[in-house]
Amino acid sequence: MELTQLSISQAQEGLKKKKFSSVELVNSSLEKIKKNNPKINAFLTVCEKEALEQAAQADKERSAMDKKPLSGIPIAVKDIFCTKGIKTTAASRVLENYLPVYDATAVRKLKEAGAIIIGKTNLDAWAHGSSGENSDFGSTKNPWNENYVPGGSSSGSAAAMAAQMALGTIGTDTGGSIRLPASFCGVFGLKPTYGRISRYGVIAMASSLDTVGCFGKEVMDLALLLQIMAGHDEYDATSLNQSVPNYQQNLTKKKQNLRIGLPKEYFSQGLDKKVEEKTKEAIKVLERQGTEIVEVSLPHTSYALAVYYLIQPSEVSSNLARYDGLRYGFDRTFFSDEAKRRIMLGTYALSAGYYEAYYLKAMKVRTLIKKDFNKVFQKVDVLLTPVSPTLPFKIGEKTTNPLEMYLSDIYTVTANLAGIPGLAIPAGLVDGLPVGFQLLGPQLSEELLFQVAYQYEEQKRFDKNSLV
Amino acid sequence: MKKISNLTEQEVKHVAKLARLSLTSEEVKKFQEQLSEVLAYIEVLKEVKTEKTEPTSQVTSLENVFREDKSQASLSQKEILSGTKETHQGFFKIKRILDND
Repeated sequence: MELTQLSISQAQEGLKKKKFSSVELVNSSLEKIKKNNPKINAFLTVCEKEALEQAAQADKERSAMDKKPLSGIPIAVKDIFCTKGIKTTAASRVLENYLPVYDATAVRKLKEAGAIIIGKTNLDAWAHGSSGENSDFGSTKNPWNENYVPGGSSSGSAAAMAAQMALGTIGTDTGGSIRLPASFCGVFGLKPTYGRISRYGVIAMASSLDTVGCFGKEVMDLALLLQIMAGHDEYDATSLNQSVPNYQQNLTKKKQNLRIGLPKEYFSQGLDKKVEEKTKEAIKVLERQGTEIVEVSLPHTSYALAVYYLIQPSEVSSNLARYDGLRYGFDRTFFSDEAKRRIMLGTYALSAGYYEAYYLKAMKVRTLIKKDFNKVFQKVDVLLTPVSPTLPFKIGEKTTNPLEMYLSDIYTVTANLAGIPGLAIPAGLVDGLPVGFQLLGPQLSEELLFQVAYQYEEQKRFDKNSLV
Repeated sequence: MKKISNLTEQEVKHVAKLARLSLTSEEVKKFQEQLSEVLAYIEVLKEVKTEKTEPTSQVTSLENVFREDKSQASLSQKEILSGTKETHQGFFKIKRILDND
């Protein structure tokens, strides 16, 4: 087995038992990057020299550092997180030469846990997009088939994970930007509760929706990464001042009388038949373990995308107002089309005479969407839905029609509007392309989502072994 | 779908000006069409009754987060200025924004 195929927990074991060194581990990831990145374009910056130096240091201090949970493990970070001394571009020409003088809190915590930042991953510029094609530095390609999009906006983090270029990757999710690419690339992806992980040092997109999350090969790795990054941060007033459960230790616990809801609005017209079939297969796997499956309704679902495409661009227009080219970066002529569209849409929605009809109206419907979830979580523990209404689409297929592209987010934006966690899980392949489904739970229910996902993972492993 | 919110060319130019974006005439046409389509889609919200609904601006119900007002270590002046092209005696150097008169 190649080292790049290992999960984080397997790699930790191997390092502790000295089956291989961190230098070997980092080198194996670097080799994958060198071989495949010219085709996949998952990385914008590779920190080869620094990563190898840190790996050598980790090997030297092995016994002393064993207590650190990510000691010597190569992790890749979406290029929207500030990394001290490592170029941070948000995949926009505006920040092509921006060198941060501080680390984002999430990055600082990863480093303190011993992680080796192997590089910065590609994205839709400013995290605006559902396909990865909006990057100013070239689209990321889907590692399963390079003619297809990897999903966005955390396109590079998902593709790097699928192409085994790092053992864990970090991203952001404002309307589906972790769950959609996780689904399209066939990896696990977590969008936590709003405020669970500090956003200090993350280039802001839409501040009432933005969350930091992670990708991994298995649920255990997501539990570990969340464990490390979660918690209150005095530099982010929206970060939650609530204790962090021991996600890893509680992973294997099984909730008794688990009830999973299927919101009928997520299985209605517009859902690709093959995606629906795969999602139903996943439901059957959980049903076989004695889970009760209940059909439920979230009546305001059909308004969610419209709400999102008012709130999000409005907040984008405000957050991107700071790019004046004076203190750092280039001026506003360097924005590309998608950023311009969102800035203008938001400026329009917030401008005199329109605020009440647009932004305020959207925030009111947001309340109704949130209430739908509160109500349904009194009946069921978690919800299970598709991530995307379609399979991964071809590069270029939706670039000329922004509205059609926006519709890719129809099943994912709801979690951001309600501030609840969502976990994307691979369901298998259709026509050689990955399909995922998502679990949604009440705010701060990450622990339960992990447990359900772990049950699913175990059952799939069991099924696979019994076939052989 | 109903097409109510057709943006005019004039409105696109006005919004671009408010946002300090400079557009070519082709861009104005392209964005006029694309943004009108998105605004038409958003019209669907008019169906929802919200007279008695409060807006949600903070989803985890946090209010007025305070901290103690005490000084602590911060970035140096040199670090703060490290991303700018022009400085003057430890300050950012920018273009004049007000006229003399």
